Amino acid sequence: MTAIRKEYLKVIDGYSQKAEPKLKVRHVSKTFAQKGQTITALQDTTFDVREGEFVTILGPSGCGKSTILKVIAGLTEPSSGYVMLNDRRIFGPGSDRGMVFQGYTLFPWLTVEQNIGFGLQLKGMAKAERKEIIEHYLHLIGLNGFGRMYPNNLSGGMKQRVAIARALANDPEVLLMDEPFGALDAQTRTVMQELLLNVWEESKKTILFVTHDIDEAIFMGDRVYVMTARPGRLKAEIPVPIPRPREFSVKTSPLFMQLKAEILELIREESWKAASEVGSKGWSPTTA
Amino acid sequence: MQVKQYFKLKENIPSRLYIGLGLFSFGALFLLWCILTYGGHVPALFLPSPTDIAQQFWLMVTEMNLFSDIVASVYRVSAGFLLASIIGVPIGLLMGSFKIAEGLVEPIVGFVRYMPASAFIPLLILWIGIGDLQKIAVIFIGTFFQQVLMVRDVTKNVSQELIDTSYTLGATQKAAFLKVVLPSALPGIMDTLRITLGWAWTYLVVAELVAASSGLGYMIMESQRFLRTAGIIVGILVIGLLGLITDSLFKAAYNKMFPWLQGGVE
Repeated sequence: MTAIRKEYLKVIDGYSQKAEPKLKVRHVSKTFAQKGQTITALQDTTFDVREGEFVTILGPSGCGKSTILKVIAGLTEPSSGYVMLNDRRIFGPGSDRGMVFQGYTLFPWLTVEQNIGFGLQLKGMAKAERKEIIEHYLHLIGLNGFGRMYPNNLSGGMKQRVAIARALANDPEVLLMDEPFGALDAQTRTVMQELLLNVWEESKKTILFVTHDIDEAIFMGDRVYVMTARPGRLKAEIPVPIPRPREFSVKTSPLFMQLKAEILELIREESWKAASEVGSKGWSPTTA
Repeated sequence: MQVKQYFKLKENIPSRLYIGLGLFSFGALFLLWCILTYGGHVPALFLPSPTDIAQQFWLMVTEMNLFSDIVASVYRVSAGFLLASIIGVPIGLLMGSFKIAEGLVEPIVGFVRYMPASAFIPLLILWIGIGDLQKIAVIFIGTFFQQVLMVRDVTKNVSQELIDTSYTLGATQKAAFLKVVLPSALPGIMDTLRITLGWAWTYLVVAELVAASSGLGYMIMESQRFLRTAGIIVGILVIGLLGLITDSLFKAAYNKMFPWLQGGVE
């Protein structure tokens, strides 16, 4: 580890001691029964997210990273373990944990405004108050003047911006994001990453962000949890000591490159292990 | 070479050409009809000429009370169809939303729907006579069971992700049903109603052909009895026209109710 990394890690450690964990995931696992076989989607997973932190989970598809989010959101029951938010155990979904999905989940029969105000209306907030909040978030995501449009008229990037605004307008304790930019093209994705970081700096929200894109995980996160597949589990925690606010240009900085190389090495190791296991099964004289 | 461009697989053609083709096929059919009838190639007993039919229509409107037959038929269709919809749509919604409701109703509905509604006519005559109620019952049986299953499928297809999203925004189960499942299923429900209304007309005519003293089906039957071929065709055309009108009403309502399907603003 180089000197520059050590320096930043000290900063991160100091920070972590100050902040209490807001979200605690403890020994969460998830198994499915399929055709008489038990499939482990997620193996004994434990981690924390602190107040105001931006944590990313990086993993290949099918590694169970979405399952973690669904368990935290309360949409899926864990097979074992539990999740605590502000030291209260979570049972079932609630508006304290907002979620943005990879697929477009705007309600197509509601306008952009009505979508953003959906949760507020459920809470029974008065119309005038609602309007004020909606305006604020429309402005924040840069979609002034689009309020009365229906989602079918919006591009993919715009839809996800509205979905983020809708989740934030509800003022959740934690924002869970399940590959929210996964379906977007590379250019839009870059713009959205910077936009989300700006929104985050402004709203001071706690965000847990899942992705399979290494650059995205490093660029967005204070810390990156690297996951491995089959069965899904956390393999490593990588702090990202890149100062904020971050701009797109840090993606080519030496520190960024170094972190990327480190994570790539971790993933490569794991892939080789998986490949050689498959290989040894195929060639082993005992199975022949 | 020019013509070849209009024969590309699933490729668009100019809209004027599209409309023109429709008018052409209609005109060609009409022309064939004129040649067959005015040319004397087919006896009027089998196929009356356009003027025969126009005269017959006028005669029926002025002297044979065609409108009271229309009113009788429209009343029966509306009553049977509305009754089926009012009960069938909520049951379909429940079946699509709750497995327990599906388990309870599915076996019966799935079984009955294979019984042709027309086969119930003799039984219904025995039970409730040949009045309006019997026609309404035939239409009810013909549409209700189909509606239930179609609405169930529509409801089942509501995106689970949208429901999950509403949960993460603080929705209770009830709110998710009222604010996500219902509006999401509504276009499909309207489609179901539109399709089954067409079937309701079919069952009405069948019921009126068998036993009735008024209505368009009865009028068609009477025309046949007196070898008034033009009357049969007038009856069929009137039913077709009524179908066309209700279908356009449905279409207009659909566009009005679901502007978000086309895109557009509030």
